[in-house]
Amino acid sequence: MIELENVSYGYGGQTLFSHISLTLAPGSFHFLTGPSGAGKTTLLRLCYSDLRANKGKVRIFGQDAGALTRDEVAMSRRRIGVVHQDCQFLDHLSIAENIALPLTVSGRAHEAAQNLPELLNWVGLGPQANQRPPELSGGERQRAALARAVIVSPDVIIADEPTGNVDWEMSQRLLSLLIELNKMGKTILIATHDLAMIRAAKSDISARVLRLKDGQLVQAGAEL
Amino acid sequence: MRALLELMLGDPQADRAVPQTGTTVRLTVFVAAVMAFLAVITLAVSLTTNRVASLWAADLAQSATLRLPADPATADALLLSALDVLETTPGVSGVRALSRDEQQALLEPWFGPDLPLDALPVPQLIEIVTDRDDFDIEGLRARLSAQVPGAILDDHTAWRAPLLDAAARVRLIGWSVIVLIGATVAAMITLAAQAALAANLRIIAVLRLVGAKDAYIARAFVRRFTLRAAGGALVGTLIGLVVVSLMPQGDATSSLLLGVGFEGGEWVWPLLIPVLAAIVAFFATRAAAFRRLREQT
Repeated sequence: MIELENVSYGYGGQTLFSHISLTLAPGSFHFLTGPSGAGKTTLLRLCYSDLRANKGKVRIFGQDAGALTRDEVAMSRRRIGVVHQDCQFLDHLSIAENIALPLTVSGRAHEAAQNLPELLNWVGLGPQANQRPPELSGGERQRAALARAVIVSPDVIIADEPTGNVDWEMSQRLLSLLIELNKMGKTILIATHDLAMIRAAKSDISARVLRLKDGQLVQAGAEL
Repeated sequence: MRALLELMLGDPQADRAVPQTGTTVRLTVFVAAVMAFLAVITLAVSLTTNRVASLWAADLAQSATLRLPADPATADALLLSALDVLETTPGVSGVRALSRDEQQALLEPWFGPDLPLDALPVPQLIEIVTDRDDFDIEGLRARLSAQVPGAILDDHTAWRAPLLDAAARVRLIGWSVIVLIGATVAAMITLAAQAALAANLRIIAVLRLVGAKDAYIARAFVRRFTLRAAGGALVGTLIGLVVVSLMPQGDATSSLLLGVGFEGGEWVWPLLIPVLAAIVAFFATRAAAFRRLREQT
């Protein structure tokens, strides 16, 4: 699905990480951990072509990400659902409209009527469908972001600190939704500080845990 | 045609994704209206000047004036000789010696109504009307110099050439002003579109994140600015036409200021202004949007 081969990235003369390799195989579940500022978000952004690597090669669905045109990047994003910590909603639209946005921009708005009610129920946001994003709690916003990420049935879901702003109960609920998606065959990559969530997930699924520290990506060890 | 229809109807979902920004809406409509108004006035003046100059030039081109020496002793004989030559010249369709009253009227603006014409050596003028564009004026001049000594034939070339030259310059200035107006509209729309794009940067980032292509994002801005410019220009054009219709009307051949307006096929030009404004806005916004999207996301 997504491959990073000897990838280096830095800016302003500083190298954030170098010679990193990572393969997200179809149906795999990866956690990405590491201290703040280690480059977790940057690594995720490389995976959905929001940034271009300084060195090395990033392949997204078999295509060289460095050679993708802007339209090809847009097309690849339709196969990658992204959940941000700050959710990134359009505040003038309702939650339902925000969740349907990936369908709207890809000319499939008519599918929203079919998929949206089911999806809203799945994330438990049916009653909030017509509310604006600022009216929702942190947990509700995260669930809405997850619903938006999956509405086009992407092959890969990338989540950046999806439980960063929610309580334990809500983080478990979000995790269970992500595990459910993985069991449906989706490839999942989650950047998180939340080791408790990782432990909880590992008891349920076979997840690979990677640690980004001092510019290197390593398999996480005994601390988990 | 389909693209035009899509542009007019738009995509309600896409339009909702990018909210309206009030300042740029008002600015675009206002500037488009003002520029269209100025374009209508410029067109009216330019076309009228061209039309009147053409009329004057055509009149002058098909006429000539023969001036006979102001010698009372030979005046009658010269007049008869001149009339004889003119009436037998191919291409001359009309010959008329100006009466004493007509000559008096011609001189009145300079010498007043009490001019004693009989006491002054005023040359006799003969108006000649031709019916052929290829009239042999040089041949006539040669015959007159042989048979009517001292007669001077004026074919109005000295008057017509500067008149046509002046009309051409006014026309050139008019079109230059209209091109400048178009360029100003394009520049203003570009600035307004860039401001709107900058104000919606976060929205654009979200749309890109969920898989929107540049064309999809740009379309919302392009459609909006195109319709605003067309609407503003339509209003400005209508106001311009009302103002032109209120200009004093009269015989344009007697005074340029009495004929400012549009005639016949000229009405097409002002009606094209909103269409041209929309085309300018379409391409200006599209270029600005794609450039900004490449730079910012």
